[in-house]
Amino acid sequence: MGFTVQKAGMCTTVQDKGRFGYMDSGFSPSGVMDKRAYRLANMLVENGANDPVLEFVLAGPTLRFTTDTIIAITGGDFSPVINGKHVGMYKAIRIRRGDILQLDAARSGMFGYLAVAGGGVLVPEVMGSRSTNLKCEIGGYQGRALENGDYVPFVTHTVDYLANLASHTIDSDVEFPKKDGKIELRVIMGPQDQMFTTKGIETFLGEDFETTAHSDRMGYRLAGPKVETVSGSDIISDGIVFGAIQIPSDGKPIIMLSDRQTTGGYAKIATIASVDIPKLVQARPGTKVTFTPISIYEAQDLVRAEAKEFSKLAKHIKRPARGDVSPRRTARRLTPFLIKQSVRADTERKWIRTKE
Amino acid sequence: MEYTIKTAGDSAVCLEFEQVISEKTSSSIRLAAESLGKLAIPGIVDVVPTFCALLISYDPLVIDHDQICQRLNASLLNIDEVDLKIKHIVEIPVCYGGEYGPDIDFVANHAGLTVDEVIAIHCGRDYLIDMLGFLPGFAYLGGLDPRIHSPRLEAPRTRVEPGAVGIGGAQTGIYPLASPAGWRIIGNSPVRPYDPDREKPILYKAGDYIRFVPITAEEYARIEVEVADGTYECTFLTEGV
Repeated sequence: MGFTVQKAGMCTTVQDKGRFGYMDSGFSPSGVMDKRAYRLANMLVENGANDPVLEFVLAGPTLRFTTDTIIAITGGDFSPVINGKHVGMYKAIRIRRGDILQLDAARSGMFGYLAVAGGGVLVPEVMGSRSTNLKCEIGGYQGRALENGDYVPFVTHTVDYLANLASHTIDSDVEFPKKDGKIELRVIMGPQDQMFTTKGIETFLGEDFETTAHSDRMGYRLAGPKVETVSGSDIISDGIVFGAIQIPSDGKPIIMLSDRQTTGGYAKIATIASVDIPKLVQARPGTKVTFTPISIYEAQDLVRAEAKEFSKLAKHIKRPARGDVSPRRTARRLTPFLIKQSVRADTERKWIRTKE
Repeated sequence: MEYTIKTAGDSAVCLEFEQVISEKTSSSIRLAAESLGKLAIPGIVDVVPTFCALLISYDPLVIDHDQICQRLNASLLNIDEVDLKIKHIVEIPVCYGGEYGPDIDFVANHAGLTVDEVIAIHCGRDYLIDMLGFLPGFAYLGGLDPRIHSPRLEAPRTRVEPGAVGIGGAQTGIYPLASPAGWRIIGNSPVRPYDPDREKPILYKAGDYIRFVPITAEEYARIEVEVADGTYECTFLTEGV
């Protein structure tokens, strides 16, 4: 039970939240780039919040399923097609054995996610995570990106059926900034903002920057005005978090992401608020970027608000919906009527007279 | 223990120690990291010690900024530096020279020493692991004897074998994985500092010491077989400083 990869797409990998606890040994945490789209994909098929998904970049894979299941696709717009028919994103989709799912080149966004109900694709856990670490060749599917002809297994027995399947849709997230769009990223200043001049900080917070083609799972390099330092941006190497904004000596920001090196020697002027990182990750090259400072308290309020939103959404998608036929529930509701009818049929029998 | 807490986004704080690379700072950081390991403060997901800082990542849904600062100060500010007297040493057997260490003659010539002297100097002291980074299990070692400092290759090799022991400028270290490398390779260890399938994937951590132990080609072959069988037991020592 699983799917066969007919076309692997561009850097299609298995990812989960990431591999934590080994950064002190030099392992990048890996994990999904767009944590929001990832979370919603798993939510839509009622998987756990840390279950593994497929992540793909710019061009999605074509997969042939060898069993019935339910899937959800989130992230950038990859125009999913099943057996030649458009199926839409951000919703639970029923898959039949033999179905072919084609994901196209992304019309918007950069990264897409595919979740399979029943706990996601089945790959061994390495050091506490199923994320692929391409550099170390560990985790995910044999420590590498998927290739044509690969067979990726998953478990289906728990997923024959999701109650209220038609309600499993989220329409709030479908839009991404188009090319030449503009995103505002909220940042928490530090840890090395003191290394920059007042003018440098003003440039950073006041001017427009732009995403470039130098964008990958390691980091996004921005173009724009030079952010001025007091006396160079070299520091004694220290640890780097997801979303840290490094300013190397050329003064152009680099935002460090999932496959970042664990330590680095450039000053970090600020860190993007966690809830805003998906906006950057999905921004195509050429997107305008501005930075707005917020306090650590505001940033953590945003994290909590998003967690609340997630639990609300998780409940919302499980509600009964019009047009949703649930065989189990229908059977349960009909049973008393059928029993009543059969009893009545029994008792009414005497009124029926046979032809004499 | 003296440090300042800096904000590193909404899910991490950075403890900055004195910004000077020294054994004292390194051991303070190791001590802080060890204490945090023992305390197991709920919400902490990763602790990354570096030369002069300790990055602590946490889940803000479990513990918020003020709470974590409070917990850190409560547990770290009063740490008694007396605890620093123990030294954890990992022995790394190395076969020097020959096919294992193609650059050892260069290092010897450059230093004006014999190959045997280079080997004796290289394994004559324990090296403190200041931090791990670059590759999984790649240790930044401090304290290489200045007599055998050697310039890097002009053009890096596209591949060195896992276990390669090299000298790059004033640094020495061991490559845990096959990697492009510009260091002068003087030997190779049959021991794998990094093995993702082992219970302890990395043999050492920042703050430990590495002791290189010279071995013969025969011993190398024997250990190599044991490592492949999973029967090799690495030697871990604990000594007073």
